[in-house]
Amino acid sequence: MSLVLRALRSALLMVAVIAPLFVALAPAYAVQPDEVLPDPALEQRARALSQNLRCMVCQNQSIDDSDAPLARDLRLLVRERLQAGDSDGQVIDFVTARYGEFVLLKPRFGWHTALLWVAPPAVLVIGAVIVLLGFRRRPAVAETPALDAEEKRRLDEMLR
Amino acid sequence: MIPELGHYALVLALVLALVQMTVPAWGARTGDTALMSVGRSTAMAQFVFVALSFAALTWCYLVSDFSLVNVAANSHSAKPLIYKFTGVWGNHEGSMLLWVLILALCGALVAAFSANLPPTLRAYVLAVQASIAAAFYLFILFTSNPFARIADPPFEGSDLNPILQDLGLAIHPPLLYIGYVGFSISFSFAVAALIEGRIDAAWARWVRPWTLAAWMFLTLGISMGSYWAYYELGWGGWWFWDPVENASLMPWIIGTALLHSAIVMEKRDALKVWTVLLAILTFSLSLLGAFLVRSGVLTSVHTFAADPSRGVFILAILVFFIGGALALYAWRAPALRPGGIFAPISREGALVLNNLLLTTACATVFVGTLYPLALEAITGEKISVGAPFFNATFGPLMIPVLIAMTFGPLLAWKRGDLYGAAQRLMVAFGIAVLGIATAFAFQGGGPILAPFAVGLAVFAMVGAITDIAERVGLFRVPMNAILARARGLPRASWGTAVAHFGVGMVLLGVVGETQWGAERIVSLKPGDTVSVRHYDLTYEGMTPQTGPNFREFKVRLTVRRGGRVIGTMTPSKRVFAARQTTTSEAALLTRGVSQLYASVGETDADGSTVLRLYHKPLVLLIWLGTLVMVLGGGLSLSDRRLRIGAPKPARDRAVPQTQAAE
Repeated sequence: MSLVLRALRSALLMVAVIAPLFVALAPAYAVQPDEVLPDPALEQRARALSQNLRCMVCQNQSIDDSDAPLARDLRLLVRERLQAGDSDGQVIDFVTARYGEFVLLKPRFGWHTALLWVAPPAVLVIGAVIVLLGFRRRPAVAETPALDAEEKRRLDEMLR
Repeated sequence: MIPELGHYALVLALVLALVQMTVPAWGARTGDTALMSVGRSTAMAQFVFVALSFAALTWCYLVSDFSLVNVAANSHSAKPLIYKFTGVWGNHEGSMLLWVLILALCGALVAAFSANLPPTLRAYVLAVQASIAAAFYLFILFTSNPFARIADPPFEGSDLNPILQDLGLAIHPPLLYIGYVGFSISFSFAVAALIEGRIDAAWARWVRPWTLAAWMFLTLGISMGSYWAYYELGWGGWWFWDPVENASLMPWIIGTALLHSAIVMEKRDALKVWTVLLAILTFSLSLLGAFLVRSGVLTSVHTFAADPSRGVFILAILVFFIGGALALYAWRAPALRPGGIFAPISREGALVLNNLLLTTACATVFVGTLYPLALEAITGEKISVGAPFFNATFGPLMIPVLIAMTFGPLLAWKRGDLYGAAQRLMVAFGIAVLGIATAFAFQGGGPILAPFAVGLAVFAMVGAITDIAERVGLFRVPMNAILARARGLPRASWGTAVAHFGVGMVLLGVVGETQWGAERIVSLKPGDTVSVRHYDLTYEGMTPQTGPNFREFKVRLTVRRGGRVIGTMTPSKRVFAARQTTTSEAALLTRGVSQLYASVGETDADGSTVLRLYHKPLVLLIWLGTLVMVLGGGLSLSDRRLRIGAPKPARDRAVPQTQAAE
């Protein structure tokens, strides 16, 4: 069944691409009632962590959103680690060590992801420099002198 | 017979496009007005033939002609009529036909409403438009023919994907495509201007209405798609940072930047070179979106490699148009004279800042979407870039965008007074502080940043109407004087205020939904009650029903607040026999701008059913805000100067120049 669902989902992706916004997902039920931890604080941490971990067999879905069996296994694993007393970082390390970096929806900074993380601020900085140089090259702004007191008074009168 | 006619009409449209590509351009080069005017009739005729072709495919769907591969694979005789109709574009081939239909419509509209364009500019615009159309006709005819027949037609079709059997399919793709393809007009204008080597404020005035209209449709399309995903997917998400979504977001962001820089160009004759580049980029990103979505490259680099025929074809279209346009730009743009000058602190300056931030935001989405594909193709290493990445990078960029957006309209052209603008925003600032305090009081010990985000949204909303409020003399003059002044203000000023107000609304909705939402995932038996926030929901029971092409299990929930019944919710699960698929139909209960959301999960043997229940505060503001943005666009579009259009050069000389004092 799960295999059928998965095959269906990839087929769906091909079909539903016509509706570009519409990510092809079968109705996702994700977290089941029996998974929920009794401790609400721990459960909330589990949910937050789940949103950062990818369902490995899905298209761009976190394990929090996915109803694939593998996602469920991972959710249970996260909860298990949390109950064993792991910190959030330790859980992420544990899961990454087991499944590789592909599982992280926010990739770690490194040589292989340097461009990914640096590009957005670089665009901003380079763009800002170009804009500022543009202003410096043509500083001829003050071609219209400011109004003197008399002109200002007359303007105020007109605008009243 | 009818499918063959549709096919033939498409071939004729291709031939017309080839004529329109060459003859008017040749006429413009040689100064032959007869040749130039050919473009107008071919553009109209092209539209007629594509419309015939589209009508033929629609007919095949309506009568369930399963001798067509396309209809057999995507339709079913028992499908409700509306979905037979919308199913036309519920698949690759049909949606490409819709794409060229809109492309041809755009060409026809330009031809119809371009009487006041200089004839050579019009000839080039129509020629460029036709070249895009020709490329896509070839794509359809060679790789995605919707009229292909089956030698041995099946008795019944295999039905449309049940998720797509929704009103959303009727609305979302056409709106989105009109937006995507509408930007082809700005692209054609930009390329035509580069070919002619002449560009001025009048050009910006011609381009702006088309850009604005395309932007409005794209905004609506994205927004409606988001709402569709929200109620259809069963877990209340409204934006997923999915590559397919990002593909539509990128042209929207750059289109928004284009809209704003075109204002500067129109009013102040500045930023010409940049505006032309944005016009090229916006449509290029639309094409990139088409490539990402159509080629299968997103599913996996390997799927793409396995069946590259479509992907390679679109890639060729992409390289030709983007590469060609950018090469032309690199060659010609230096010849364009920069126009009006301005100080860094000025309305132009604020718009430049807005452009810089929006471009960075688009670059973030671009890199985040394409980097994993590139990395995998180059090193084979697989990484994931998902919502957490975009929230961390795109999110913070929106803060300065909102601030610049609020200050910008209060600054004067050429040289503004930042201190003065800040003073005028004191009221907005005060109300924002009030909003922050209210939010803190309301949420108790909730997320610490949420109230500040509320403050920013309130600041943007009040700030947006500050200028209008001052100009109509709110609280200073009597009511009828206010109304008279309000009517007298240019519609474009109203448009700015309304659209910017909408942006604030969206932010407020996003904050409410993401920060203050509540969720319960429970397994209930009939008679059980569960509470979500201050609502109590009682599971009354489940009843099976039969729909036209599905079976349905409807759950009845009674909603109470403080013991009083305020409504019932009936989420359901539908099982579609033809594809053995289950869909979840969420139930929504609207209270003001907040919603209760319920969807049904698995049912156990003992009669207990899994229900996912959410309280989503302020969530409707997300979509209402986008509607308000579109309304703002509409007001701006109805402004007198755009209705009248740019004056003809001849008339220009006759009438003394009166510069509008805005």
